[in-house]
Amino acid sequence: MDQPIAAEGIERAITAFVSERVKAEVPVGQDLFDSGLVSSMFAMELVVHLEQEFSVQILGDDLKRDNFRSIGAMTALVGRLLGAGQSADA
Amino acid sequence: MTQGSTVTQQPPIVKCLVWDLDNTLWQGTLLEDGRVTLPGPVRELIAELDSRGILQSVASKNDHDQAWNQLQALGVAEYFVLPRIGWGPKSDAVREIAAELNFALGTIAFVDDQPAERAEVQFHLPEVRCYPAEELSGLAALPEFSPPTVTVDARRRRQMYQAGFQRKAAEEEFTGPSEDFLRSLELVMDIGRATEEQLSRVEELTLRTSQMNATGVHYSLADLRTLLADPRHEVLVTVLTDRFGPHGAVGLQLLEKHPRVWNLKLLATSCRVVSFGAGSVILNWLVDEASRAGVHLVADFRRTERNRMMDIAYRFAGFTDEACDCRAGLPAPAHEDIQRLHLIPEPHAPSPTVKLNAVSLQGG
Repeated sequence: MDQPIAAEGIERAITAFVSERVKAEVPVGQDLFDSGLVSSMFAMELVVHLEQEFSVQILGDDLKRDNFRSIGAMTALVGRLLGAGQSADA
Repeated sequence: MTQGSTVTQQPPIVKCLVWDLDNTLWQGTLLEDGRVTLPGPVRELIAELDSRGILQSVASKNDHDQAWNQLQALGVAEYFVLPRIGWGPKSDAVREIAAELNFALGTIAFVDDQPAERAEVQFHLPEVRCYPAEELSGLAALPEFSPPTVTVDARRRRQMYQAGFQRKAAEEEFTGPSEDFLRSLELVMDIGRATEEQLSRVEELTLRTSQMNATGVHYSLADLRTLLADPRHEVLVTVLTDRFGPHGAVGLQLLEKHPRVWNLKLLATSCRVVSFGAGSVILNWLVDEASRAGVHLVADFRRTERNRMMDIAYRFAGFTDEACDCRAGLPAPAHEDIQRLHLIPEPHAPSPTVKLNAVSLQGG
């Protein structure tokens, strides 16, 4: 099974992007919204970045905030859209 | 025969006038004479163009510190943004000024007493309009220096640009989380009902915003006045300030209040303030107000080529396509391709990075 590895790769790529963008270390489970890190600009960047980086389309109901609440949530969303299924990690 | 209202024939409005100094702005050659004088009419022209929202800059071959000190001594230094005082070609100076302002060269004008300097700028930058110093006295009367409407923000455009340069420098120097930078800006947002004085700027916002404009529908001054007079409608303007100075009017909300539901017909914010999260703060405030009023929210959205960010902002705020009885009470939207997104509002905590002063929409 190489799915966990794929999820790890997704998580690593998203962590790198988010941390670089907010100029701080961001743990996988940290709530980006409660911490006030997410402006509408940053939300847009997250959506567009994920779409380009992983060649997926995020539309309609998938655009809901909870899917972008943390690096973990985004990893799960991308994993699902890539057809890798829900990953088993936390 | 075209005459009178040949609006389309007029040259584009000048957005920035770049001044030579010696024997153009002031009389005398600073490095030779040591003493120069600023004629009264030139001082008046500088103030007049400034009040029309036309930015002014300097391209001068001089010792930088000495020339800038002289502008300060004459009491006019504050009027000039991005001055280029040095020994390089003036075409380079003008090009750099336009690039930093993000203005097209066709909106830049250059005034110099030396034909050779004008020719040099004209040769390299043919779109820049060049004027000899003798024409200064008639400059203010030319159509290209006479914007048809001067909005409340245009009058302080120079201040807003200067604040913007300082802000940008501060952001480049800042190390640490971007949230801390936002906090360090000490952002203060005011949301209030539009005043007559703000209306031309509000109209401009419906035209000039694109990425953060929910419908792309233009509202004319007459439309806006009608809505202002209608007790069911709210025309709300957002004004943003920070420790560097004003951002001016940056956001507009058009709201139609029904007993059970509020219809947000338009939300538009300037792209200059998107990175400060202005759109989210405005939206969260409205959701909180609607929650207090015990009404649902329905937001109009019309996809344009550039407003995906607005779709995302609504979705992130919790708006969905779900059906609800409250939709039935709303009049049909003005455009058939308007989608209506729905939200059952919940209370929202205030933004951690922006201090908000807002009108109450309850009752009245």
